[in-house]
Amino acid sequence: MRFVDEFRDADKAHALAAKIAALCEPGRQYKLMEVCGGHTHTIYKHGLEDYLPEQVTLVHGPGCPVCVIPMGRMDDAMALAAEPDVIMTSFGDMMRVPGSHGSFFDAKARGTDIRMVYSPLDSLKIARSNPGKRVIFMAIGFETTAPSTAMTMLRAAAEGLTNFSVFCNHVTIIPAIKAILDSPDLRLDGFIGPGHVSTVIGCRPYEFIARDYGRPVVVAGFEPLDILQSIYMLMQQLSEGRAEIENQYARVVPWDGNVVALKAIGETMELRPYFEWRGLGFISHSALKVRDQYAQFDAERLFSVPGVRVADPKACQCGEVLKGVLKPWECKVFGTACTPETPIGTCMVSPEGACAAYYNYGRLTRTRVKEASRP
Amino acid sequence: MCLGIPGEVIEFLPDQSDLARVDVSGVRRVINVGLLADDPPKPGEWVLIHVGFALSKIDEDEAAAALSFLEGIGQAYEDELAALQDSRIE
Repeated sequence: MRFVDEFRDADKAHALAAKIAALCEPGRQYKLMEVCGGHTHTIYKHGLEDYLPEQVTLVHGPGCPVCVIPMGRMDDAMALAAEPDVIMTSFGDMMRVPGSHGSFFDAKARGTDIRMVYSPLDSLKIARSNPGKRVIFMAIGFETTAPSTAMTMLRAAAEGLTNFSVFCNHVTIIPAIKAILDSPDLRLDGFIGPGHVSTVIGCRPYEFIARDYGRPVVVAGFEPLDILQSIYMLMQQLSEGRAEIENQYARVVPWDGNVVALKAIGETMELRPYFEWRGLGFISHSALKVRDQYAQFDAERLFSVPGVRVADPKACQCGEVLKGVLKPWECKVFGTACTPETPIGTCMVSPEGACAAYYNYGRLTRTRVKEASRP
Repeated sequence: MCLGIPGEVIEFLPDQSDLARVDVSGVRRVINVGLLADDPPKPGEWVLIHVGFALSKIDEDEAAAALSFLEGIGQAYEDELAALQDSRIE
């Protein structure tokens, strides 16, 4: 109850907000990006933007793995699910993501065998108990979930299972941050670093952001005060002209990450030359594929995958939202044609997507009031 | 999928040292603790669970804080917890 209780009395939040405001240089605007969708969720749920001085803007980043899956990969997954004797298994988060011809839920309603699982180990168990079927796990996620896919493949190998495979869509966060830093659309002053991803990769991989781009990073926890504290730490660095990597979430995130997890990923997977991200386009070395040594568990090699690139629906502006160029409510279809019940874009599907988080909590933030009152 | 759920380690499964029974909000489920092989948790210690795997050890205060945060999230956490309850990896 510690942080939520502390936040509920709001005194600490206001005290931090005052300290943040005191660090603002007159006339300077500060744009800070929270990379992780979990942070976006906390920010909207607790209306943290309303605590911040006008000069500080939070920009929502690409750190929601559901949101960044391009439609073509979803179509590939549908094609795999339609193969004879296949049982497709997926996290619940992916079930409503629209492909060109509907979602997993729609396909399931049409009779395709698609099952929701909590863990890739559940998929492994389905494979064990259905030896006549070919079980595919739709693997998605950043470095938070990649170790579990890796460990599951290692286990499948140890057990000698021959009817389990992985459709690997794991992405890596660092190249996405680099793509945003290199993007001419947006000038950011600092980053609120992802919490759970950093549990695996640690803090070192962010060092290039400070070294090569001169921007500070503070890895943050998920509670409202964690995020305000991290913003304060970023503002302190900016006011002192420092650019360093700091760890606000040290109670969970070790500086060097989880070495066993990194080893498991490295053993079973390797970087793809490039991968398409929704909204960000093709990014070099930004996703993982199954290594040759584990080819027997690679659905992309066991089956034929269409691999067709599909353009996003024209009306959908997920790309701009994911890059932080547009706020969710600035999208043309936000809240009208696109809602959590009938999502057009991925940002509205996942509860951690900026659009769904904003829609669900319907916050009329300072910025929005300002936008709305503009003639 | 991205949510880290705190669980208290109850016991390790006999003959399967990478599997442990944990208590998550009163529900007991088996999870994989292989990612903590460098510093395995002991019964009574808390871990943060992601998609069936313990990813980090946490202390009891952090577990309580994480839990109340998750409860505040509402539906997304309920869905995740329901999925965990249906999970049978052993």
